[in-house]
Amino acid sequence: MGRQGRAVRLDYPRIYILPSRAGLGFAATVVTLWLIAVNYSSSLAHLLAFLLVGIGFAAMLHTFRNLLGITVASGGAPPVHAGGTARFRVGLSEGAGRSRKDLGLVRMGAASAAADVPAWGEGWLDLEVPAAHRGRLRPGRLAVATPFPTGLFRAWSWLEPDWACLVYPRPETGPVPAPEDVAGVGRGGRFGEGDEDFRGLRRYQAGDSPRHVAWRLVARGQDLHTKQFAGQAPSRIWLDWHALPGMGAEARIARLTRWILDAERVGRIYGLRLPAEAILPGQGAAHRHRCLEALALLET
Amino acid sequence: MSGPDRVHPRTLEALLLVLGLVLVPHALRLPLWVIGTVVALGLWRLGVARRGWPVPGRWSRRVLTAGLVAGVGLSYGTIMGLEAGLGVICVMGALKLTELRSLRDAVVLILLGFFLVAAQLLFDQSLASGAYLFAGAWGLTAVLIAVHRSAGEPRPWRYGGLAGAMVAQAIPIAAVLFVLFPRIDGPLLGSPGGGSARTGLDDHMDPGAISRLSRSGEVAFRVTFEDGPPSPSLWYWRGPVLTRYDGRAWLAPERRSGSGARARNTGRAVAYRVMLEPHHRHWLFALDLPGSSPPEGRLDRTLTPLAESRVRQLRGYEMRSFPQFRLEPRLASERRERYRALPESGHPQARELARSWAEGAESPAEVVEKGLELFREGGFRYTLTPPQSPGKNWIDGFLFDTRAGFCGHFAGSFAFLMRAAGVPARVVTGYLGGDMPPDEDYMVVRQSDAHAWTEVWLPEQGWRRIDPTVTVSPARLEQGLAEAVPNEEPVPDRARSDGGLWQGVRWRVDALVTAWNRWVLAYGPGQQRQLLQRLGLERWPEMVTLLAGALGVAGGSVALWVLARRRPWPDPPARIYARFERKLARAGLPRAPTEGPEAFGERAAAAFPQRAHTIRAITAAYTRLRYGVGEGSASLAQLRRWIARLRLPRGTSPREPDSP
Repeated sequence: MGRQGRAVRLDYPRIYILPSRAGLGFAATVVTLWLIAVNYSSSLAHLLAFLLVGIGFAAMLHTFRNLLGITVASGGAPPVHAGGTARFRVGLSEGAGRSRKDLGLVRMGAASAAADVPAWGEGWLDLEVPAAHRGRLRPGRLAVATPFPTGLFRAWSWLEPDWACLVYPRPETGPVPAPEDVAGVGRGGRFGEGDEDFRGLRRYQAGDSPRHVAWRLVARGQDLHTKQFAGQAPSRIWLDWHALPGMGAEARIARLTRWILDAERVGRIYGLRLPAEAILPGQGAAHRHRCLEALALLET
Repeated sequence: MSGPDRVHPRTLEALLLVLGLVLVPHALRLPLWVIGTVVALGLWRLGVARRGWPVPGRWSRRVLTAGLVAGVGLSYGTIMGLEAGLGVICVMGALKLTELRSLRDAVVLILLGFFLVAAQLLFDQSLASGAYLFAGAWGLTAVLIAVHRSAGEPRPWRYGGLAGAMVAQAIPIAAVLFVLFPRIDGPLLGSPGGGSARTGLDDHMDPGAISRLSRSGEVAFRVTFEDGPPSPSLWYWRGPVLTRYDGRAWLAPERRSGSGARARNTGRAVAYRVMLEPHHRHWLFALDLPGSSPPEGRLDRTLTPLAESRVRQLRGYEMRSFPQFRLEPRLASERRERYRALPESGHPQARELARSWAEGAESPAEVVEKGLELFREGGFRYTLTPPQSPGKNWIDGFLFDTRAGFCGHFAGSFAFLMRAAGVPARVVTGYLGGDMPPDEDYMVVRQSDAHAWTEVWLPEQGWRRIDPTVTVSPARLEQGLAEAVPNEEPVPDRARSDGGLWQGVRWRVDALVTAWNRWVLAYGPGQQRQLLQRLGLERWPEMVTLLAGALGVAGGSVALWVLARRRPWPDPPARIYARFERKLARAGLPRAPTEGPEAFGERAAAAFPQRAHTIRAITAAYTRLRYGVGEGSASLAQLRRWIARLRLPRGTSPREPDSP
């Protein structure tokens, strides 16, 4: 089945239905009751067994109907970093004037919580998809399923919707060196670390200039610390792909991602230079998104 | 307790209530301790749900299980069979209650509930049980829906309507299956006996047997006559014929062998249909004298109508009888001797009397006349409560001492006297009489109409019916039992015909019961075969085709009913939008027939610039709600509100939109 659009209407040929375990138990009950009816030649017991067959049939129709004509749509999911969980907000809209109950999504055997949908209204479900890799994440094949009303049957419909979640790369964790000042834009290419006014100390990171190490503390027997100075703030920096020689592509992406997050956190103005494109320095959520998106979709 | 797979406390209460109601009809037939256990465990489970009482551990549950099942075994002497099985289902269900937590447990209990409903139907097939069947199916379906609500259901009763609809939608399929699904002659596993002990005639008659029966107002059978009933003096319903006397009771022949007997029927035949209540015996009943074998049955040599198998459910059959008959005008001497056989000893006074008749009479007919004369003029009294006469020589005691008895005494001792006098004789048991409900075309024969009479064989004439009871009490024939016995004697309610409103109501109810019996209960393998034969379908491929076709039609209609669109087009967004159109039309801006909502919205926004924002919002909301395209998240209610609040300058001509 090819990928479908963003909104999928569940029509007759799309809906499958099979008895559940409870349904099989119900069927076994009906057969046993029929045997009892035959054994005791009881007309009324026959009637009960046959009435239950009819109720089973009605249950099947009602379960089918509970799914029929529902439109499933989603605007996608807000971006997450790889390793996180993409949360697709899925809307179920009702277009036949019947309230629906207990509609749920099933993906790879895992079911979401169920939602009710009022007549002519909408219900919302959260579809959680683990985001393993950067790039565009699609939920893949999933099912909208319902056991309502009796639980004797389960109706479901397969979807392969065109919903996507942008998955940012996983940022490098642990201590990372500050980005090198490569382009010489502004002063003190270090990440906001000029050398005019002493601002404080931070733990030494590999790559820090020995000039800034607080040797006096070392002499007192403490760990290595680097002196930090307030530079011309906010200074502009370029986060450059090419400034990370000797690292693999994914490692560079992880490092750049971390830098972007750090820069945004401390309020830096930063640009991103990638092999095929460059994003001019900027700041703010939209800028960060642009940079992370470029990294997420980078072909290596 | 309200997570997924957990049953909400309110739903649990509903489930307990429904199961309790399903159990109500069984209350009297279960041992007291079983009822007590079930109620106690149910209440205790309620305490767990409401007050957080402790739940028993696995081991105490196992001990409880073993104890209760053993208790049932001790109570009933078995755990098999209908009554003990019901006991087992009840205690197992109550034990399931103690561990009821998950959805699965609840489903198991609901399925057990269906078995409880079925058990009631095996004990009793009355109209009330029919109502109970539907009510039980409805209630159990409703809780089945409630327990499956994933979020837990705090208002389980709201599914009553849906469950009712499902039961109603089940009826077409149930009806087709009921009529056409192949019925199999039971039983499958041995004789299911028990459960339905009924009153009815037996195949032996001691003098008190029929008077015991006469206290029951139960219906024995109902009859519909094709051309109206014959005269009441002919309402003798022939049942088992008793041919042997063992000194205490009259007994049926050892083997009901042979078929039919030489009978010359004179006069008009009476055709009728009998609906016989199940009595768990082989014989059927037919108006004296049956002229044809009953369907799926036969007449034995004494012309007792017999069914092939025991009558274990209501059975309908058609018969023809000849009230005027001459039966076996010639009887082989060997058989004649058999009808004169008596035990060696007993009843010496009666034997002596009979011998004196035989000596003084010229013909057997004269002996018969003497016998009747004795009953007519000997000061005999007809009573439902005869005095106890000594068991061994009860005939002597009755004839010469108490002289008060019921039909069993009269028929039994008359046949004895005839045999002792050398006249071949036998006792016929059955029913005499019946009631015709006003405005109905059928007759009801009750157990209180049970009767015994005799047949004596006279040369050339054959067997003749002699009813000594009527000789003593002619009212028994003409007005029925209640008129024949003195007023202070207890007779079953219905046998007294004092009329009045209450009786009218009872007849109405009886008419309903008769219809129920005729159309629902009596429908079994036999009736199904007859129906299919009438439809010309006798081979099973044809029957399967018919069943499949009928199921297709029934299922298809139900599917159309369930799946059809309920709300007429236009849908609510379109209906609400129509108000918007009317408002604009009143303001001088009607929508052109070919104009789409978006184009119309833009035109309107241009015409009423102060309202442009609202008009655009309405248009966007409508196109999204109606067609599922566009942006926004406005609900139907918002759309309705926006349109209601939209104020347009009335009557003033709107500014013409700029033409491009």
